[in-house]
Amino acid sequence: MTTGIILSVQALKIQFDNRSVIQNLSFEVDDGDNVAIIGPNGAGKTVLLKALLGLVPYEGEVRWSPGVRLGYVPQKIAADRQMPIRVHDLLAAKAHVLKLHPRSIDAVATMVGLTPEVLNASIGVISGGQFQKALIAFALLGEPSVLLFDEPTASLDELAEERVYELVERLQQEQHLTVLLVSHDLSIVYRAANKVLCVSKDKVCFGPPREVLTPATLEAMYSAPPKFFLHRHGEEPEQQLKAAEHV
Amino acid sequence: MSEPGTVYSIILAFLFAVAAGLVGSFALMKRMILAADVISHVALPGLGLAFLWHFNPLLGGGATLFLGTLLIWQLQKNESFSTEVAIGVVFAGSVAIGAALTPKEDLVDAFFGKFEPISGVTFVIGVLAVALIVYFIFRCKSALILNLFSPELAAATGIKLNRLNLLFLLAFSLTVLIGLRFMGALLAGALIIIPAATGRRLANSIGFFLLASSLVSVLAVGLGFMVNTYVLRSLSLAPTIVMVSALIFCLSLIRPRA
Repeated sequence: MTTGIILSVQALKIQFDNRSVIQNLSFEVDDGDNVAIIGPNGAGKTVLLKALLGLVPYEGEVRWSPGVRLGYVPQKIAADRQMPIRVHDLLAAKAHVLKLHPRSIDAVATMVGLTPEVLNASIGVISGGQFQKALIAFALLGEPSVLLFDEPTASLDELAEERVYELVERLQQEQHLTVLLVSHDLSIVYRAANKVLCVSKDKVCFGPPREVLTPATLEAMYSAPPKFFLHRHGEEPEQQLKAAEHV
Repeated sequence: MSEPGTVYSIILAFLFAVAAGLVGSFALMKRMILAADVISHVALPGLGLAFLWHFNPLLGGGATLFLGTLLIWQLQKNESFSTEVAIGVVFAGSVAIGAALTPKEDLVDAFFGKFEPISGVTFVIGVLAVALIVYFIFRCKSALILNLFSPELAAATGIKLNRLNLLFLLAFSLTVLIGLRFMGALLAGALIIIPAATGRRLANSIGFFLLASSLVSVLAVGLGFMVNTYVLRSLSLAPTIVMVSALIFCLSLIRPRA
């Protein structure tokens, strides 16, 4: 699957009002990677994604390989959901800005499973899960090669959350996407990611989940020990990690 | 009524109504209603100077409007400063300076407008200005929608937000300037706000919202003219139009929100 480096981050430093959020972060992402970004609240995961998108000022280097198209699913949208905007209006607006064929809207709607009813519904009346799907469809417009997800399930119940993750995994396989995903859910990280980037004040680590997600790392990162974390052969990773979820 | 100047003036009033409905729809969604009122009030000091020194009121009003627009644009960018506070200060300050500068006999016209015939040149400039506003709204409709929904997603889509916000404010000020002549500095903003508020109650999609706001605005001006011509002849035109649009808004409350 790996065909080359798609993103190279060197000595990244982000500051807000003289408060350092990210210090000296370096990592590389290969084409087709599924990178999970984990870390405690306030560690700068969202800010990191925004820096990768060029939405916040930073020092250091963020280099995407030429021709990469980015799709972004934010954690939450501060928009007034009472606005008379239908899901279709939103997708059509992006398609228009990017000069895409109107048919591309139907394509992404089918991809994520947005029904015509939801497309024609106002953004204020659809459920949290449908809203999330709409945001994913929005990110997929323009055929991005990389998707950046910021906790795509933060406001969903468990069932809807599971469906969104399944959708992300399916899209990654079908569309051959590179995915950068901020997540709190370590079982998802373990199952879906092939690389984990930990972001926290004291500890930064990067590598495959099995190497990175050790009790010691988690303890150092979250400043609290996971309740238990045993690695036994022949047991499903989910089972092992259950107790360490949502640390 | 059949003088060309009067006909020009009536046509321009209707064209202003269309522009006001379109711009007002986005202003309402951008939650710029307070700012909207202030922008029209900022014209007052300029109008006052124009009346005092006898030059074209639209030039004076336009000059201070333009400066006010740039000021509000800067305030919008500066997150550490409370826009509401600034708006409160600019609003009161503008009205006070305008009232102090304007000769007493012109004060009512500056505040509430005066319907009078216009020259062919003013008419052509007005028509071009409306065309420019309508072109901007439809050309940038998608970018405006994305910016409303999420500035972050809009920026990630490659939209230059700063430029878009400035262009929108300029379109807004230009709309106010067209209405300033017959609506006055205090009421020009009202025809941008009230029909949009009515359209919002009737619409559940962006296209219908823009259409409904413009139609309500045109209806308010049309009915305002009729009431003023046939019923309440002693009233000024602008207050009649605003009262009619407020009445249409009240009627829209009867219908459950779309």
